Amino acid sequence: MTRQLLISLRVTLLTLVVCSLLYPLAVTGIAQILFPGQANGSLVRSSSGTIIGSRLLGQRFVNAAYFQGRPSAAGNGYDAANSGGSNDGVTSAKLRAREVAEVARLRRQNPTAPMPIPAALVTASASGLDPDLTPDAARWQVPRVAKARGVAPGRVEAVLDSLLEGRSLGFLGEPHVNVLMLNLALDQQFGAPPPATLPPEPTR
Amino acid sequence: MTRAGWLQIGFYAVVLIALTRPLGKYLFRVFEGDQQPLPSVFGPVERLFFRLSGVSAKDEQTWIGYTVALLVFSAIGFLVTYAILRLQAHLPLNPQHLPGLSPHLAFNTAVSFTTNTNWQSYGGETTMSYFSQAVGLTWHNFTSAAAGIGVALAMARGLTRRPGAAGAKTVGSFWVDLIRGVLYVFLPLAFGLAIVLVAFGVIQNFSPYVVAHTVEGTKQLIAMGPVASQEAIKQLGTNGGGFFAANSSHPFENPTAITDFLEMLSILLIPAALTYTYGKMARDTRQGWAIFAAMFVLFAAGVGACYWAESHPNAALQGLDVDQTAGNMEGKEVRFGVASSALWAVATTDASNGSVNAMHDSFTPLGGLVPLVDIELGEVIFGGVGAGLYGMLVMVLLAVFIAGLMVGRTPEYLGKKIEAHEMKLAMLYVLIFPLLILGFSAWAAVEPYGVSSLNNFGPHGLSEILYAFSSAAGNNGSAFAGLNANTPWWDTTMGLAMLAGRFLMIIPAVGIGGSMLNKKPVPEGLGTFPTNGLLFTALLVAVVIVLGALTFFPALSLGPVVEHFQALAGKVY
Repeated sequence: MTRQLLISLRVTLLTLVVCSLLYPLAVTGIAQILFPGQANGSLVRSSSGTIIGSRLLGQRFVNAAYFQGRPSAAGNGYDAANSGGSNDGVTSAKLRAREVAEVARLRRQNPTAPMPIPAALVTASASGLDPDLTPDAARWQVPRVAKARGVAPGRVEAVLDSLLEGRSLGFLGEPHVNVLMLNLALDQQFGAPPPATLPPEPTR
Repeated sequence: MTRAGWLQIGFYAVVLIALTRPLGKYLFRVFEGDQQPLPSVFGPVERLFFRLSGVSAKDEQTWIGYTVALLVFSAIGFLVTYAILRLQAHLPLNPQHLPGLSPHLAFNTAVSFTTNTNWQSYGGETTMSYFSQAVGLTWHNFTSAAAGIGVALAMARGLTRRPGAAGAKTVGSFWVDLIRGVLYVFLPLAFGLAIVLVAFGVIQNFSPYVVAHTVEGTKQLIAMGPVASQEAIKQLGTNGGGFFAANSSHPFENPTAITDFLEMLSILLIPAALTYTYGKMARDTRQGWAIFAAMFVLFAAGVGACYWAESHPNAALQGLDVDQTAGNMEGKEVRFGVASSALWAVATTDASNGSVNAMHDSFTPLGGLVPLVDIELGEVIFGGVGAGLYGMLVMVLLAVFIAGLMVGRTPEYLGKKIEAHEMKLAMLYVLIFPLLILGFSAWAAVEPYGVSSLNNFGPHGLSEILYAFSSAAGNNGSAFAGLNANTPWWDTTMGLAMLAGRFLMIIPAVGIGGSMLNKKPVPEGLGTFPTNGLLFTALLVAVVIVLGALTFFPALSLGPVVEHFQALAGKVY
């Protein structure tokens, strides 16, 4: 028994050194040398060098001239230090009320958009940080974005089309478009819009 | 349901089947071979480990010795992690200055990782320092997984070893199995996977959280950390505890459909391969394939059912002008969609992994029923690394016993008679599980400190409770995550359920191995029921379903089944 205890303590120490010290440090070292961009969060910087966000994480957009991402249950919405979904089940009165409000908001802000509303725009993602929209959920917002920017819808649509991503290897995952990259591309092409023309509203 | 969705599921199945034999062979060489693989690489490290820890490769243990070693090692592991979590504020690598955990949360989390459950009462980025994650938690991801393999090996050795003239007395050495599991299996696989994950965007750094100034001029605080190294082993070791609260749905843990596929594959990879290893140990690989086949049938049925259910619209949107042709997207990520979310949900609950890429709490009632049933069938559909195999071997003995009863003959398995003692241990194993789940759930459902943690009401509230204790007792770790389990009562009872679900089931499992070890082989006769064919696979599937379904059907019908009909009727709570 004493011998087992001694071995146990020694194996504990050894595995701690190897699995919790050497292993994460080795992975960090190699990752930082080979893939520094990815290892540090795929951060996106402005021309002046300020960090705007991460290519992989959604952020909140309320301005009519920007494509808006999905409802977010992370903190008070797109809180990248407090991830999570709504965890509301399909018989949840809370979820039902949120959906009714969400549909009303989207109709009010997008009077000329075709109905029905794509599901991705009213459902909260699992992480609360979903960076993407389904192609139909982005396309649905084109009339509003084009009007707010005063450009022809076809030109906004062209930017959107150029950024659509298909399934990986043709069959893994689902087609999507990255909302942050899409909005940055719009700004690059048409210039930054005037400050918010919509009152900010909670996204959950 | 789409063609691309089915194609993705089919591709997953093909890759899993294709890797079972080569990896199973490798595992056999590591644990049972006369010479371990790649001696020039691993040999010196292994010898150093043995020397420093005072272990001899030849020193085998009886089943009791083996179990005691495992219990002592687990107890020390628990204490180390409990101390780290409590003292977090005073330890390094804590750039966000997160405080130490409360006693009940530290107890729950330390138990959770020691038992290979990885239930998350904690919030990841809001609770854990980098030190706690990398040292306190990642460490258990390796050792608890390797310990699980050890238990499976000990039981399998008991079943498959032929007693010599002096009789066999030992079932292997816990220390040798543990060290070899870490060195030969988990470290190299996790290292390779971690680097690939980083290449696709999983983060790996020790930086403080980053402040971003968003396009619209607000601030976004972005959590950082050594994620890839933990992600890789959490999937391979069927651990599942997320670096972030949102687990593998978080884009920093799982940024693309390719990382999604690799992480999903890693869940079932080793549990599947171990069936082949077992076949090799039984000197008849068809014994292993018969078990694999039973697991695979149950897995495929689960995926089909879950994908079908999740392709249906979310009932909370009934009557609203919303296009739900893609299925239920509440709690799912756009880049994964419904097919991959359903596949992951089934893989992670078949194995006792418990990581998620979508929120099970927001699944349709029947879509959420599938992962719940997967856990309640006993975590034997591939199951946790090792844990799945020893669990399924108990089911195998039950199946053989039932077949023996049907023809009125003493049942035998691999040429050894199964007698009263083994059946008693098997029944102990089988009974502890529902006792924990149903007992604790009933308690939670009638007390204010139980139900006050619920996020959903009506039948879905009961599902949240059932799921929590199934997950704890099954050492799974996934959740209907709306439930706030970080209260003194929930943390403590969940911790107890995890402990009992791990160790009270390991003891009878190794015990069965110990008692089968020394039985004289009886020659195969005309009346011997073959356990390496399709008929046996079918019987095994039936035993698993009947045991699980009969035990849990009443509770499940009050939860997800009632909820399904209420949702159809448009009722909300």
